[in-house]
Amino acid sequence: MSPNSDRTAKIRAIIKSHKRWDIVFGLVGLAAITLAILTLVALFVQMTIDGLPRLSSEFFTSFPSRRAGEAGILSAWVGSFLVMIVTGLFAIPVGIASGIYLEEYARKNWFTDVIEINISNLAGVPSIVYGLLALGLFVYTFGFGQSILSAGLTLALLILPIVIVTTREALRAIPQMVREGAYACGATKWQVVSDHLVPYGMPGILTGVIIGLSRAIGETAPIITIGALTFIAFLPPIPFTGDVTAGLFDWLFSPFTVMPIQIFNWTSRPDPAFHANAAAASLVLVFLTLGMNGLAIWLRYRLRKNINW
Amino acid sequence: MSATTTTSGRIVITERLTGAARLAELADIKTARKRKDRIIEFVLLMAACVSVFTTLAIVYILLKESLVFFSHVPLWTFLTDTQWTPLFDDAHFGIAVLLSGTLSSSLVALAIAIPLGTIIAIYLSEFANHRAREVLKPVLELLSGVPTIIYGFFALLVITPLLQKIYPGLPTFNILSAGIVMGIMIIPYVSSLSEDAMRAVPMSLREGSYAMGATRFQTATRVVVPAAFSGIASAYILGISRAVGETMILAVAAGMQPNLTLNPLEPAATITSFIVQVALGDLPHGSIGYQTIFAAGLTLLVITLSFNLLGHWLRRKYREVY
Repeated sequence: MSPNSDRTAKIRAIIKSHKRWDIVFGLVGLAAITLAILTLVALFVQMTIDGLPRLSSEFFTSFPSRRAGEAGILSAWVGSFLVMIVTGLFAIPVGIASGIYLEEYARKNWFTDVIEINISNLAGVPSIVYGLLALGLFVYTFGFGQSILSAGLTLALLILPIVIVTTREALRAIPQMVREGAYACGATKWQVVSDHLVPYGMPGILTGVIIGLSRAIGETAPIITIGALTFIAFLPPIPFTGDVTAGLFDWLFSPFTVMPIQIFNWTSRPDPAFHANAAAASLVLVFLTLGMNGLAIWLRYRLRKNINW
Repeated sequence: MSATTTTSGRIVITERLTGAARLAELADIKTARKRKDRIIEFVLLMAACVSVFTTLAIVYILLKESLVFFSHVPLWTFLTDTQWTPLFDDAHFGIAVLLSGTLSSSLVALAIAIPLGTIIAIYLSEFANHRAREVLKPVLELLSGVPTIIYGFFALLVITPLLQKIYPGLPTFNILSAGIVMGIMIIPYVSSLSEDAMRAVPMSLREGSYAMGATRFQTATRVVVPAAFSGIASAYILGISRAVGETMILAVAAGMQPNLTLNPLEPAATITSFIVQVALGDLPHGSIGYQTIFAAGLTLLVITLSFNLLGHWLRRKYREVY
């Protein structure tokens, strides 16, 4: 064997041993991803096994009860739904408007910088701090009490950064020529924004709104902090009905409970029968939030596929 | 005989004017449009200010209640006392007790999230093909979309019994299982941001490395990761501040007894779970117990804010511009 081919064999061996690390790391990476996804699967399977037997139409139409077998999530899902309405009505217009202002109107000065830094910091504030803010501000200073209105506004402030950031990204992705073309036709700034930018950015904006709302619907800590009750066996007043006729906005000030709090309440009881209820309610909540997330991912995907500027 | 502007800003011409009269009319329309635009801009500005008011309100509310609290409890005692019994007759306010719970749960969570998150980020950015990445990334992001209360339920009723099989002496409520689940929840935050940072590293660096005969693994660990260091570090910091602020998993699975220990096998209260515990009870507005949660919240805000600022600074200081 010539010394040359001997060296070649040695180099090949070195390359081979180095390449082995590629394979090893590839496997480690796959294992890490599998572990993470398996956790998600285990969570689903466990909830389905425990909760599915409890999921019946009565479960959705019954109030919570001392007896696990009769308890349901009526007051919880109605509460979640009403809180989401308040959150949406506040966060969607305000979030989109601030996104538009920062992306299209704001001049580059220190004040704009302050708003921008502020939004990125707000996104990092733990949700429970929003709960403390709401407790001090909405519940006691404004006197809204422990009501649907307080909870809705709290969650709205919580998801505002998400809506703002995605609105800005959606607007930024629209090429400059769209704006220039509209200005060239004599449009005012607002006409450019409302007739062109917002419609074109709508899928992106909607993605942000959906992700924000899906985060809000699963949020527990801030609502517990404002003092939502965990046992509610009545519904908020429907306008213009009841013994004492309820006003149009009375439901806003009604005590309430939401899905995550109902789950928390059932989880923290020692009786395993209630844990089955918690699993069933979790299943409903997870389908809601993951469904919303899935919708947002699908929107983003379609958006990327269909638009070619 | 005039041109009027409709609400949508379109001009309806009823009869033609000529010369100076027409010019004056156009000028009027222009002023009206400009006024409308200015009003709209002001409304949008007000919306943008809501977030500034939110921050100011957070700081104001926390400081206001905390100042009352610190007039009863000296700051020094707050920082050095080793007992936390704010609701007892013999009240002690040692935040170190809650901090130890927050610290040990965050450490467990980070011990899971940082290695796994980094490996997943490197794998997705450097090893996986395009199709696999497009599928795996959204699936991973679903992990952070699951409500935390459900993770709490999962930690208490699945992970804890599982751990008890390995280590029979483990109490029902413990930091370990809450921390593990918290770590898995944080993985997407770490992996997603780290991967973005790695993908921002220009192809030419990788090509240079491959041209020198480096393998994929060598390129990833010796070229891409160092080049994306600032982004990866800020992903870690985001992960830390998530872990510190996480509430429901700990409130459900870690128990809520204050316990000055770093041992994750014991139950302990954290800053966040203490706030939940107090809020679940019925505390009168203005009592010392009520003010305690604001002092705890202020501590939490200071910690997370300093991590966020550190992340900001790191990104700015070590950002490589290509």
